[in-house]
Amino acid sequence: MRPETKSLALHLGLLALLVIAQFVISPFHHGNLSRIMVLAVFAMGYNVLFGYVGLLSLGHALFFSAGMYGMGLAMQHLGVSALAAIAVGILSAFVLSAVVGAVALRTTGVAFMIVTLMLAQAGYLAILYFGTYTRGDEGFVIQPEFRTIAGLDLTDPTVRYFAAFLVLAVCLLLTLRLVHSSFGRVLVAIRENEERARMLGYDVFRHKLIAVVISGTLSGTAGAVYGLLFGYVGATFATVQYSILPLLWVLLGGAGTVIGPFIGTLFMFYLIDFSSGLTSAYMVVAGVVLVLLTLFAPQGLAGEVKRRLLPWLP
Amino acid sequence: MDFGPYLLLASLEGAVMAAVLALTAVGLSIVFGVMRVVNVAHGEFFMLGAVFAWWVASWAVGHPAIGFVLALVLAPILVGLIASAADMIVLKRVEYDPERTIVATIGLLYIIQQVTLMTFGPEARPVQPPFNQRLALPWFEFGENGFEIIWPWGLGTTSYKLFVIAAAIAILLAVWALMSRTKLGLYMRATQLDRQMAQAFGINVERVYVSVFGFGAGLAALGAVLIVPIQQAHYLMGGDPLLLSFIVVIIGGLGSLSGTVVAAVLIGMSDGVISMFFSPTLAKILSTLLVAFILIFRPQGLFGKRAA
Repeated sequence: MRPETKSLALHLGLLALLVIAQFVISPFHHGNLSRIMVLAVFAMGYNVLFGYVGLLSLGHALFFSAGMYGMGLAMQHLGVSALAAIAVGILSAFVLSAVVGAVALRTTGVAFMIVTLMLAQAGYLAILYFGTYTRGDEGFVIQPEFRTIAGLDLTDPTVRYFAAFLVLAVCLLLTLRLVHSSFGRVLVAIRENEERARMLGYDVFRHKLIAVVISGTLSGTAGAVYGLLFGYVGATFATVQYSILPLLWVLLGGAGTVIGPFIGTLFMFYLIDFSSGLTSAYMVVAGVVLVLLTLFAPQGLAGEVKRRLLPWLP
Repeated sequence: MDFGPYLLLASLEGAVMAAVLALTAVGLSIVFGVMRVVNVAHGEFFMLGAVFAWWVASWAVGHPAIGFVLALVLAPILVGLIASAADMIVLKRVEYDPERTIVATIGLLYIIQQVTLMTFGPEARPVQPPFNQRLALPWFEFGENGFEIIWPWGLGTTSYKLFVIAAAIAILLAVWALMSRTKLGLYMRATQLDRQMAQAFGINVERVYVSVFGFGAGLAALGAVLIVPIQQAHYLMGGDPLLLSFIVVIIGGLGSLSGTVVAAVLIGMSDGVISMFFSPTLAKILSTLLVAFILIFRPQGLFGKRAA
């Protein structure tokens, strides 16, 4: 089999497993998996930039919350339908990531990390500052009667599961296609040796900017869908913690692999869920995992599998 | 209160903040300058300083001053030891790679913060100041009787706040003397300029790194011990100092100590004054945006020189 066929089979297999899972797992895990699928889209968006271009952003909460607030504010204040609100959310993340990319990409390395961190912090503070519209820290609830698309009630667990699944499936296949495209290969070339890519005549800045926009738009899509499906829009999703979490998921699952972000989100979600049952200081788990990963497995789970067993893993 | 006395009061509060900020930011700046790594856990070392200060002070008996002096000595040493241990266990093994160090110190941030939550608890706890006399401050005005000195109601400070400012200046002078007058300071500056060359001249660079990381964290802890009688110790108190130190270090020019101190005074004072007249949130939005744009358009900082 060609590597492309193998990887397509693998990812379609994962999607098939998720369809089967909906009929067999308990309601508790069913609800969790819906959340994980949407959050995995966030992680996949983060991975486009971190895993394939090698740019470590500490500000992706900005794009996630741009999608979420774009969707929520459009519904709350403009009274648009759910589907149109999602589009507004995605569009706001698209515009914001283009602006952020255009300024932040003038820096590299540590400066890029700090610039994205600061811009995201400014975004979070702006949400608090415009508390009249955003309801600040408290956030706002999207009433169940508005959470319908084409007559389908998104508060119903099964509908919600398949809505999350649909978004995940589309984003997974899009990322897969991106990675196999010539554009994706140029991104990897930039990650491996930026100077060399430039010498070969590629417009490095333009490629990076497009990668930031794809990454930010995917993250914003996750934010908009998450807000709509679970009915809550709040400033917590704009804090530094939500910039660190996608980094953690991607590092754990394996940066630079298409399937890694999903695996990382799945493991981390359950790890945090399990430890929050034991102690209120559950974020200590995130800290320990981050330190252990940097020390012992910088490639993450899927990265280790790729290195040892399946070199064709995209 | 009139505008004049109000401004004086705001700048006094700002000066206290600037004093503590200068200590914390100089700690971050030394670590960045010598080791070329960004320590995201710096705010948590600040928080640990405050928590240890409470812990030491709660053990001490007698006059609150005894507990405070003990805390002033012991808390920075304890925090410095913890930081040095973290350096040896974690940072040394990722070979001080800038990006991996940031990820690792984010991990350390959560570990320190959450372990404090488990042990110290979620409450804010106070430490008694060693002395705390209220001092009223005079103001002048040109009234019907010509020039006169008045004592406006509410215009005043405490002896402890003045002590914080004086102590911070003394500590900063000591740091300056350490860096420019001692052998250890010479080793640090040599390592900062050229790591390989320093190693070739027989400097144990690894040991310099361990002590610099501990020293930087100790300075943050020292700032925290000074502020804790005014602010109380809490497990989440590390966030603001971290953000502000970042701002100060970047505006002052990465790795430049004098620039850091100037920027700390500037940011501390203006933050105090702006927060008093406008919204504190707006002040923070403006300063974070300022930092982002300085990094993009003037990476050497406002006061730094462009590296060759």
